[in-house]
Amino acid sequence: MNVMFLMLMAVVLLGLSGVPACLLSARSAVGQRVAAALMLAGSLLGLAGVAAALCAAEAPSLSWAWGFQQSRFAVAADPISALFLLPVFIVPALGSVYGLEYWKQAEHPANGRRLGLAYGMLAGAMALVVIARDGVLFLIAWEVMALAAYFAATAEDDKPEVRRAGWIYLIATHVGTLCLLALFARWRHATGAFALEAGQALPAEAATALFLLALIGFGFKAGLMPLHVWLPGAHANAPSHVSAVMSGVMLKMGIYGIVRMTALLPSGAAWWGPALLTAGAVSSVAGIAFAIGQRDLKRILAYSSIENIGIIAMGLGLALLGRSLGHADWVLLGLGGALLHVWNHSLFKSLLFFNAGAVIHAAHTREIDQMGGLAKQLPRVMALFAVGAVAICALPPLNGFAGEWLLYLGLFRTMGLGAETGAPAAALAAVALAMTGALAVACFVKVLGTVFLGAPRRAEAPHAHEPGPAMLAPMLVLACGCVGLGLFPLLATPLLEAAVRTWSARPGPMSVAAVVPLQTLTAAGLALAGLVAVLALVLKLTRRAGRVRAGLTWDCGYARPTGRMQYTGSSLGDSLVNLTSFLLWPKKCRTALRGYFPRPSAFKSLVPDTVLDRLVTPLFRATGRHLPRLRVLQQGQTHVYVLYILIVMIVLLIWGNVGS
Amino acid sequence: MINILLHIAVLLLLPPLLLGVITKTKAWFGGRVGAPLLQPYYDLVKLMRRGLVLSTTTTWVFRAGPVVTLATVLLAGLLIPIGGFDAPIAFTGDLILFAYLFGLARFFTTSAALDTGSAFEGMGSAREVTFACLSEPALFFALMVLAKVSGSLTLTAMLHGPANTFSADVAAPLVLISIGLFIVLLAETCRLPVDDPTTHLELTMIHEAMVLDHGGPLLSVILYAASIKLLVLGTVLLHVIAPFEFGKAWLDWPLYLVEILGLAGIIGVLESVMARLQMRHVPYLLIGALLFCGFGFILLIR
Repeated sequence: MNVMFLMLMAVVLLGLSGVPACLLSARSAVGQRVAAALMLAGSLLGLAGVAAALCAAEAPSLSWAWGFQQSRFAVAADPISALFLLPVFIVPALGSVYGLEYWKQAEHPANGRRLGLAYGMLAGAMALVVIARDGVLFLIAWEVMALAAYFAATAEDDKPEVRRAGWIYLIATHVGTLCLLALFARWRHATGAFALEAGQALPAEAATALFLLALIGFGFKAGLMPLHVWLPGAHANAPSHVSAVMSGVMLKMGIYGIVRMTALLPSGAAWWGPALLTAGAVSSVAGIAFAIGQRDLKRILAYSSIENIGIIAMGLGLALLGRSLGHADWVLLGLGGALLHVWNHSLFKSLLFFNAGAVIHAAHTREIDQMGGLAKQLPRVMALFAVGAVAICALPPLNGFAGEWLLYLGLFRTMGLGAETGAPAAALAAVALAMTGALAVACFVKVLGTVFLGAPRRAEAPHAHEPGPAMLAPMLVLACGCVGLGLFPLLATPLLEAAVRTWSARPGPMSVAAVVPLQTLTAAGLALAGLVAVLALVLKLTRRAGRVRAGLTWDCGYARPTGRMQYTGSSLGDSLVNLTSFLLWPKKCRTALRGYFPRPSAFKSLVPDTVLDRLVTPLFRATGRHLPRLRVLQQGQTHVYVLYILIVMIVLLIWGNVGS
Repeated sequence: MINILLHIAVLLLLPPLLLGVITKTKAWFGGRVGAPLLQPYYDLVKLMRRGLVLSTTTTWVFRAGPVVTLATVLLAGLLIPIGGFDAPIAFTGDLILFAYLFGLARFFTTSAALDTGSAFEGMGSAREVTFACLSEPALFFALMVLAKVSGSLTLTAMLHGPANTFSADVAAPLVLISIGLFIVLLAETCRLPVDDPTTHLELTMIHEAMVLDHGGPLLSVILYAASIKLLVLGTVLLHVIAPFEFGKAWLDWPLYLVEILGLAGIIGVLESVMARLQMRHVPYLLIGALLFCGFGFILLIR
């Protein structure tokens, strides 16, 4: 049997996993369990398919005629697809198990079934996007994915902020899809068919146009910096397991698109790589700077996703630069680092969103400045969050470090060490990466400290409790992935090397371990862990039992500290917000204090999204204000819109005939 | 082999002496006799024997902070070459690990500080993470210059680069990054003019404000780790500003001791003649370091 049948079965199982629940009552837990079971079964089937595809000598593929002109139902699973399929088959299934407790059907009769249906469709469509080898099929899968994500993210559409975030997402994703329509139309025009096959002879200007359309169209989905407008709101307002899938997996579909298109296009102009490097550097530094300015736990995580997408884009940029200048080692380190970071980010960002869900369940708010001291009530969640936070800050010995390490070494090599020639300006990206790393530490220390450490900031003790096994187990699996991939990055290299080989269309052997000693990271990580363990043990032995006293925090002798006196997350990030105010434009409202006994006063600070709130929204408003005449065309009647399409088609037909 | 043992011995035993030299220098400038040179050792031992008060708000993070910090600086100390000798652990790309180990230490130190729930410790953490965002890029610029000069991505070769492959072309960049690295050293080890390790006003401190609630053995570990960090970063700086080697082990070790103690003396002099900067001016100093290192890089690759 063809391996692709396994994958297509997995796609169908995932995509329709929410259907049985729709036939049951709105409060029935059975339907949700069936959905989770179907998701797990589909994912296992898919993983088996991925394993089989990797073992096969040649990438498995299927192709059927299906009635569209110059288009076939073509699917295939080469190493690049396999690499992106792993998160698609792992994270959503874990999320559906998590959802059994997080979004209980009995507690959400109004939207539980709809969410389940959309969630399954989202997972199935993402798998189809990754294996599609035909422009039309790709676009169909892409649109199903985008719409399923909309319905999953707006589960709580009774809240106005959820509806607003949903609208922004819908507009942004369709602007992106518009670019992709143009992309595949141009592709068909240049190659004569919709089939996405490498080795096509393309004229230079067509290649440039395709690259730019792919960068913008897929950039919207990935959330590269000026195109990220939909991302923070949608991630913050979606249910946490949906946020985990959107951030951990769906953003990577944008990355997949860029990887796939650059693999299909010929080596291209020399500026492609630097352009992507710059976009990545801007996204990563600005993304994490915005994250520091936020107070909403999930918005912080969403902005940090923009940062991580930026890091991945830097790796792709380095690979493109290496391909155009003929440096195989830059390609290997850049693309290898980027693809490893794709996995890493889907592991730790999903973990952190799952954690955020547990925290929100416990604290009943998303505002981190209202939390504090949750480590006492949620010790396991806190420990898992700490793993995710260390991993996402790319600190050794966890997986984030392994990915960024490859990227750093690739960027350092662009300086041209020894007798080699280089492109030293590209090495500046390493400095941006270093700054991103330091800012990420600031951001996640802020989150960890404000949410979990210290004392509670609200007087009324919430009845916070540790989540049950259905929520903890998925987190534990992801945390183990972070530790495992961090200590043993060599496990990932065979697939990374195969994917890089496919991307650069070079048959020759490529070995990460031959370029950089990845295996030493294992030794270094184990040495670090061993050193910490030994020192902790020594300290424990020297500390004699009776001499440890419990007491108040000293606080310079103040005897009645309260939780509200602690540094908040906002105050912790304030100096960095001020340092980056040219980018963040924070809003601060403070009333002046007058007299010796001033009246109670309030202070408010806010970091709005510069692009969305200061550029896009005013632009849309101004358009609406200044072009009211155009409203005549927009009456809200669908058949009139269809008429417009018909008229445009006829005009185009006439134009085409006259032209020829 | 003997050199590796000496490396480890220097790394473990020498650092508190640097603090002693700094204190002695400052006392000498102030016209006082000052504490004995070995006082930091006595302090460390005394603190190890003390009891410990753990605040009721704290969790395991509070105790993990000092332990992780000590482990990371020790590992970082094994990655750098001391004097004319090679590092005990050297591999391609160890420079990234070196820089990120300090990041790991910072993550846990600042988290441990926030674990106490005190506003003073919060201030210290906020300053620490903020200033690191400026000193880290400066450090990377400096590492890039060293990598380009030596043509290697191994710290041992990179730090021996100024001694081995010196030419007139690289003199100016090396001078620029040595200024930048010196400022980074002062900021990272919390010396004047960035931070005042002797002040008693918590509002104005960075590192000392973060460790207010650590006492006894934990404080001892913190002070010890801080002194090791001074030795490690000082050694890195010495490779750039004083790249002299005799090539004979029995001469190179004493030379290194003289150099590192001399550096401690210079820091002591600097601390005696300078006041601490206003906290809001510290970023300007660090941006200055970033510019020095950045210009060094641009000069080199132009």
